[in-house]
Amino acid sequence: MSVRRVMGTEIEYGISVAGQPMANPMVASSQIVNAYASATARARRARWDFEEESPLRDARGFDMSRQVADASQLTDEDMGLANVILTNGARLYVDHAHPEYSSPECTTPLDVLRFEKAGEQVMLDASIRASAVPGAAPILLYKNNTDNKGASYGAHENFLMRRSTPFADIVKHLTPFFVSRQVVCGAGRVGIGQDGRDHGFQISQRADYFEVEVGLETTLKRPIINTRDEPHADPEKYRRLHVIIGDANMAEVSTYLKVGTTSLVLAMIEDRYLTRDLGLETPVASLRAISHDPTCTALVTLMDGRKLTAVQLQMEYLDLARKYVAETLGDDVDAQTADVLARWESVLTRLETDPMQCSTELDWVAKLALLEQYRERDGLDWDDAKLHLIDLQYADIRPEKGLYHRLAGRGRIERLLDDATIEAAMHDPPEDTRAYFRGRCLEKYADNVAAASWDSVIFDLPGRESLQRVPTIDPLRGSRAHVGELIDRCDTAEQLFAALTRQPRSG
Amino acid sequence: MAQEQKQPKKASETEEAPEVAPDAAVAERKEQLDEDIDAILDEIDDVLESNAEDFVKSFIQKGGE
Repeated sequence: MSVRRVMGTEIEYGISVAGQPMANPMVASSQIVNAYASATARARRARWDFEEESPLRDARGFDMSRQVADASQLTDEDMGLANVILTNGARLYVDHAHPEYSSPECTTPLDVLRFEKAGEQVMLDASIRASAVPGAAPILLYKNNTDNKGASYGAHENFLMRRSTPFADIVKHLTPFFVSRQVVCGAGRVGIGQDGRDHGFQISQRADYFEVEVGLETTLKRPIINTRDEPHADPEKYRRLHVIIGDANMAEVSTYLKVGTTSLVLAMIEDRYLTRDLGLETPVASLRAISHDPTCTALVTLMDGRKLTAVQLQMEYLDLARKYVAETLGDDVDAQTADVLARWESVLTRLETDPMQCSTELDWVAKLALLEQYRERDGLDWDDAKLHLIDLQYADIRPEKGLYHRLAGRGRIERLLDDATIEAAMHDPPEDTRAYFRGRCLEKYADNVAAASWDSVIFDLPGRESLQRVPTIDPLRGSRAHVGELIDRCDTAEQLFAALTRQPRSG
Repeated sequence: MAQEQKQPKKASETEEAPEVAPDAAVAERKEQLDEDIDAILDEIDDVLESNAEDFVKSFIQKGGE
């Protein structure tokens, strides 16, 4: 009915070692994760629990803390273990050749934004620490999705959905929405084609890397709708919709609207409210056509023969969402749902008049405005290296070097959160999901937490031979309301565990 | 496209206050905007990595996800 839902994001950061283009990205990524883990873990470092079903002592086997003296000596196998859980409930790890931050489970778009932004600060802090090692070359991190030479890496969203919703309905109604939402949440890119062989600007970082409509893959033949389904919750009740088609956003309004509008559309699909078929004749080709047209006037053809712009297609969804919220919530609509609807409408209206009017809110427009200013002042063509550098450096996470940060610092990009709020979210978990239990346990009982994952926290308690696993299968339990007082009261992990086993549902 | 770059709020304020001599107001605002843009580009010139071509070429990533 609203924008509320269990959700989160996962961001893989682009990584390079200053002056060393041939540096091993897995080593550099491990240095990032390990630098943060060493600096923040008070005692032993809790590991990610990969194998919930295996004997628990196995979990302990890879929990044995190893100080990484020289990361360059690590084998690939060792580096796969750079993987920690933070006190805010997030996961920080190395995924393939990139450092990745998975946000804790949140329930509102603003919280998703808050914890994603906290992740940027975690990455910044980690890169500063990794670079502070004597003799270490600075490691640079970029919140983008492509090197413009053929490689792409992801910015994924996860939305918990009702299992009872037929997947075919999700595919049918979500595909046109995903094809068109880039006009709101694209991050902008200089270069056309996967390897950037053609010159020009496009709305999305990712559009050229999507090749099919539906599928399980994330690295080859990327699909608009990904079918991966590990709910990390009761599979009878829930599925986790794993969204791989988004860009990594710097602009707060872009992320907020990306998550908020998607959550609303999912609510309409779950409630079978969408009876209008907005299916596109050629989704993959339409995705690219829309991305390649920063004037937002390109027309895509619907199955019913109508031709609409991406903005008009988004307006169809907006129109339905407005009616849906009015019918289901009326005057009881919550503030964030109302705000998402109002901002969505405002942005779409201006995109239709003149996209440049959104340069203080949306990443792709802010980036394009800056590029156009450079083109005008210096007479640059789209193949100029300086424009490619501006594209790349827009996503540099350092406040002194990142161009997004320079624009935001001058008040040229709207903020929804202040720095203090984001900094607090680096440490404190969301209060209304199981991430609260995970994060508080990490913070308070670090010495006794052997491992953790989305759906469990594993304790190593004095006097007990085996590790003790506390399942957290329901994402909405383990919140502050459920366990806050209990954790406040228990000084030790043993006390907490004893209390939980007396009340087995509290975890 | 750069000239069309406007602050949306200012545009609507202008509509609500038609008695202001439009040409002068628009010219003044454009001048201010140009100065502002110049200042931003100068600031960004200072932080852009040196040798754009080499820097961009050496940004090579492996695929992820």
